[in-house]
Formats: sequence, structure tokens, C-alpha cells
Amino acid sequence: MTFKPVLAALAVAAALPALAQSQLTVVNFGGANGAAQKKAYFEPYEKATGAKVVGVEYNGEQAKIKAMVESKKVSWDVVEVESPDVTRGCDEGLFEKLDYSKIGNKADFTPAAIHECGIGTFVWSTVMAYNGDKLKTAPTTWADFWDVKKFPGKRAMRKGARYNLEFALMADGVAVADVYKVLATKDGAERAFKKLTELKPNIQWWEAGAQPPQFLVAGDVVMTTAYNGRIDAAQREGKNLKITWTGGIYDLDYWVMPKGTPNKDAALKYIALASSPDAQAEYAKNISYGPTNTKALAKLDAKVLGNLPTSATNAKTALQFNVSFWADQGEALEKRFAAWAAQ
Amino acid sequence: MALTTTLPPTGLAGQLRRAERRRKAFAVSLTLPLLVFLLVIFLVPIGALLVRAVENPEVANTLGRTGAALQGWDRKSPPADAAYAALMADLGGIAEQADAGALARRLNSEISGARSLIMSTYRALPLEPNLSPAQVRERMLAIDPRWAEPPFWQAIAKNASRWTPDYLLAAVDLKRDVQGSVVKVGADEAAFGRILLRTFSISAVVTIWCLLLGFPLAYWLSTLSARKANMLMILVLVPFWTSILVRVAAWIVLLQSNGLVNRSLMGLGLIDEPLALLFNRLGVIIAMVHILLPFMVLPLYSVMKSIPGTYLRAAVSLGSSPLAAFFRVYVPQTYPGIGAGGLLVFILSIGYYVTPALLGGADDQMLSYYIAQYTNVNVNWGMACALGGVLLAATLVLYALYRRVVKSELSLG
Repeated sequence: MTFKPVLAALAVAAALPALAQSQLTVVNFGGANGAAQKKAYFEPYEKATGAKVVGVEYNGEQAKIKAMVESKKVSWDVVEVESPDVTRGCDEGLFEKLDYSKIGNKADFTPAAIHECGIGTFVWSTVMAYNGDKLKTAPTTWADFWDVKKFPGKRAMRKGARYNLEFALMADGVAVADVYKVLATKDGAERAFKKLTELKPNIQWWEAGAQPPQFLVAGDVVMTTAYNGRIDAAQREGKNLKITWTGGIYDLDYWVMPKGTPNKDAALKYIALASSPDAQAEYAKNISYGPTNTKALAKLDAKVLGNLPTSATNAKTALQFNVSFWADQGEALEKRFAAWAAQ
Repeated sequence: MALTTTLPPTGLAGQLRRAERRRKAFAVSLTLPLLVFLLVIFLVPIGALLVRAVENPEVANTLGRTGAALQGWDRKSPPADAAYAALMADLGGIAEQADAGALARRLNSEISGARSLIMSTYRALPLEPNLSPAQVRERMLAIDPRWAEPPFWQAIAKNASRWTPDYLLAAVDLKRDVQGSVVKVGADEAAFGRILLRTFSISAVVTIWCLLLGFPLAYWLSTLSARKANMLMILVLVPFWTSILVRVAAWIVLLQSNGLVNRSLMGLGLIDEPLALLFNRLGVIIAMVHILLPFMVLPLYSVMKSIPGTYLRAAVSLGSSPLAAFFRVYVPQTYPGIGAGGLLVFILSIGYYVTPALLGGADDQMLSYYIAQYTNVNVNWGMACALGGVLLAATLVLYALYRRVVKSELSLG
């Protein structure tokens, strides 16, 4: 009689690995993006494999991944990361290398999506946005964003150096193609901060991606920089927010697998499914972030395409975020931004 | 009495001492779990944090030969060919890419661009065998011409030792120059001095406002009957038990341009256009005062509760005016409460992160914000630990000063 509970415990212990196998932890940034991923990726994956997908939200903190990998207790299987972190994490050995033969044909993807440690999953853009009900004339360039006479009122910008320095240079008349060339020089960085100083008294800073549309709806600011998907989500709720695509900065988010994940095969299977044309098309219908699998574009209608950062008209004047520039210069520029803000 | 006469006194003393020792050992063993807990939860992590702030293993672990080859270098002219050969041998000997990545990150925080330089060179390895040092140099310049620039070599030479004061120096806006002497950083980089000052000034303002608002409230509560005081105390404590995020969000709703405060002021005709109450210093201070007020009220209340009303009445009956009696007789008796409450609020304020991040602008962020940025965004843990160490040291200094000024044991109850 006494060994019955022991047997039961043993049975449970034996079943535990099996349970862990049939469960996949996928980490993303949550919000509207997380909801779209749930519909386009989590649910089809669950249906196809019978496994359960546990969604976890985070805010891009690479420290968590680093701590997990260093302590060899990896509980995240697939993680969505921003582009600077793919390269950096890959260099520092935080991610598994991807076996593309199990994912799909490399030629189907936009070239920027292919990375040895991660695969691009969608294209998003940091753009200028305004409230169509409050501004009668649309701002069309970054020079307009800086023009407080023509458009009086506050502007919201992301707290930090990234994107803002690029926007400042464009407002100062630097051509899109030359932005990073100029910013890489000492004078160029000086010029960007000087331009930012012009606007400083009129800037209201935002921290989280959900804030810019709120600011616009509440009337706190006349214009803002924003992630295009957040503006899209507000539009879907019936708010008359508008995007100016000129000089937007587009970038990719990637899927990576933290090094040492116990569910590597299942994680790869998930990434393969989430990189397929059908799933990516479904995702783009739920949030206006562009697919990286070019075959997905054929499955979308003109209306959806028109809202994507990747559409021909929207991408024409856009700037591709320069990952290697920010990997090299980011820490120094962010520190300089902190010094600049304190002045 | 019989005992003392039959036993020699030394034996008794010895027995007493033994008994005393046993009692002490027993008492210590009772507190042992607590001591272990303190050690594991506080002392070990703080020690690890301080070690990490001066630890500099990345270059020493991977580029030992290069460090040796650069020993006699004047740190101005381009280094000798032997240094190139040593660096190539060192980089070629790094088996794990993770180590190369860590090296690249470490050098990049010293000089921007080192990350791509190290990684592109590392990926181009190995070179063909049996090259002369001069040939190695040529090859390296072909891989990346930046290897001709002394600053990258200076960064390697500077970080060749296993321990570094650089993080701590950077945390107080100092750095070591090429020759190793300590100098101030340029105005473009001098951020942390101002940030530290800002952290303390916000904390001081919050503490003063908490005292100004908390003192009358605590006084009023202490004069009420126990039942009424308990009822009202719940009103103080309910926000105290509510999540900080919820309270911050509530303040956003209240203080925004179209929020309750601005609308009522405009409705009353006091202002014409909405006041900027959010995303600036004012918003941060309002929310922090609200969140920290209970930490001021509770110690003040407990001290005031123990002050008998008779002193005040005696002073008045002896001819003092009520106001003078209050300030000269009553208030001095509340000093322990003011000290405890003030110190508690101030020390809690110094570490604030979420509230300024969500309610403040770019120049309202406190030191914790930058610690988080170095931990999560730049993944430069040495810098994060150094900033944490500076915050810890500043807090300890202030506490010591407080002890000097007040000259009394502090009770935080």
C-alpha cells in the first residue's frame, strides 16, 4: 500500500518531460501585435501539432535571455527580438543557429530577414502620425514636424536617441540615402543634436508604444512619432489618426531561439509555420506590419497592402534602420542623449 | 548561601561563565537562520554587484598575448607588427564565439565601432599559416583598415588588466585618458553627475512635500479617538496597498490635458488653456508624493501617539502662546518621527524607476532608469553595477551624515 503514492509520483515524474514536450513558450511584445500573432501563428500551430503554445509578454529585455542562457535554465523556446539584438545576441552566443532547410526557401524572403541566428518575421516602421480631426493640413515631411510656426503645439517623440537623430537630420535637409553616412561623422551627430535642441521645448516624450496614439486622441500633442502598427490599431477602433510615411524608418523583428532551449525541434517547427506565406498573410490582415515572406504579399488585397510599410508607395521615401550602425554607436549616442536631455 | 561556602568561588565563576556561553551560543543559534538569510539575500548580491563594477575579464581572458605585446607601447604611434601578430593569434585562439562577442561588447563600450571591428575580423579568421608579423599586419588592414587607428589599440591596452576603475569613474563623469591619468569627460558625455544630482533633488523635494502634507495629517489622526483614527488610517493605507502602476495610471487620467484637474480648473475659469501637469517634473513629483506619503505618515503617527498632551497644556498654562508652545514644545518631541519618515521617504525615492519613466520627460529620469537601460538595452552590466554602487555609496554617506546630525539611534518603526 505504501509504495502506491511513490508509484504515482514516479508516473507523474515520467509524464513531466512529455508534458514539457507538448508545450511551447513563445515570447513577444504583447499588445495588438501579440493578439495578431496569437491568431495567425499560435492557433494554427496548436491545431497542426496538438501542442500548446504558452504566450509570454516581455519588453525586449535581453538581460532576461542572457541570464537564462548563462544559468542554463532556458524556459523560453521562441522569442521575438528587435534587429539590434539579433546581431548582438548572436555574437555573444545567446541564440541557436537556425537550420534554414527546416524553415523554407531563403530566396522567398526579403534579404534583410535572413540572419544566421534569427529570421525576420515582419517589417514595422517608426513614422510620423497626427490626428486627422485636429490638423486640417497634413504635415508631409520631417521639416514640417519641426515647424512649430506652421503647426503650433507639442510633438511627442520616443525617449532616447534612436530614430530621433535620424529624423532630426532629415528635418535638417539630409537626403534619406545619406542619413547614416552623415550621422556616423562627428559633425553629423553634432548637427542632429543641434536640430533636436531646436525642438526640445516642444517635445513631450513617450516611453511605451501605446502612448503616442493616446496622446493624439487626448489632444496632448499635434504630431508624434509612432510605431505604425499602434496607429493602425487605433484606426481599427475608429479613431481618425493618420500616418505620414515620408521619411519613416522601417526595421524588422526576428524570431530567435535562446541557446539551450529544450524544445528546439518544436521551436523550429513553430518558426517554419510562422514564416509560411499563409500565416504571414493572416498576420498582416490583423495588424499592418509587412510580411517578410514575399509570397505572402500575393495573398493580400490592395487595401491591406496600402497600410503596410513594405508597400511600394509607403517604402519609396523610407529609410531602412541601420542595425550595424546602432550596434556600434548606440551606447555612446544614448549616453550623449542623456547628457543632452540634462542640459 | 550554603552553595557559596561549599564550592570554591572560581569554580562557581567558571560554571557561570560556561552557562553564560551556552546561553549565548543558544541565542546565536536561534538568530542563525536570520543571519544566513541576510547574508544570502543582501550581502552576497551587493558584494557581487560591487565586484562586477570593477571586474574586467573580457580582454584579459581573450587577448593575453596582445596585452603583453602592447606593454612597452607609447600609446600614440601605430603599434609594432608584433602586436598585430599577437592579436591575430589571440583572436584565432578564441574557441567560443560568445567570448569574441563579449570582447567586442566590452571594447565597444570603450570606443564606438570596436564591436563591428572585432567581429568582422574574428569571422575572417583563420589566416593562412606561417605569415610574418608584417604580413599579418597587412592582412588585418585588408580585413578592416581601422586596425591602423591607434584608438582601438589604446582601448585594448587600457583594458588588459583584470580589474578596472573605468566603470566607477564613468559613473561620476570621469575617465582615464590614453596615458592612464584620470580626467573629466567632455561636456557631451557628462551625464551621470547631473543625473545623480537630479535624483537627489527630486528625492529631496518629494521628502519635503511628504513632510508638509504628512505632518498635519498625522497630527490630526493622533488627536482623534482610536476608532476614528483607525477608520481614517485605512484611507491612508488603502492606496499604500494598491499597485504603483495602477496609481501611476490613475494620475495620468487625472492630470492629462483633458483630465479631471485641468477640466475643473478651466470650468472654474481659473485658467484658459490646460496646464502641463504630466510628462514633466511636476507630474513625477505629484505622483511620487502621493505614493510615498504613507511612509511619512506612519512613523510620524506612531511617534505623535506616544507624546502626552500634558506637556502642551503645561506650556500654555505657564503662559506660552499656543503657537509657540506647539513649535517649541510639541514639534521637538516629534523629531524622531520626522527623521525616520524623512529618511524612509528619501531613501525610497532615490531608487524610483517606474513613476518617472511613465510620468516624466527625458530630463526627469532618475538614476535607476539608466541602470535599467544599461542592464536591459545596452547589456553593459559593469556600467549598471557601477551606477548601482554609486547610488548605494551616496545613500550610505547620506545616512551617516544624518546620524551625525541627529546623533541618535534611528528607529524606523
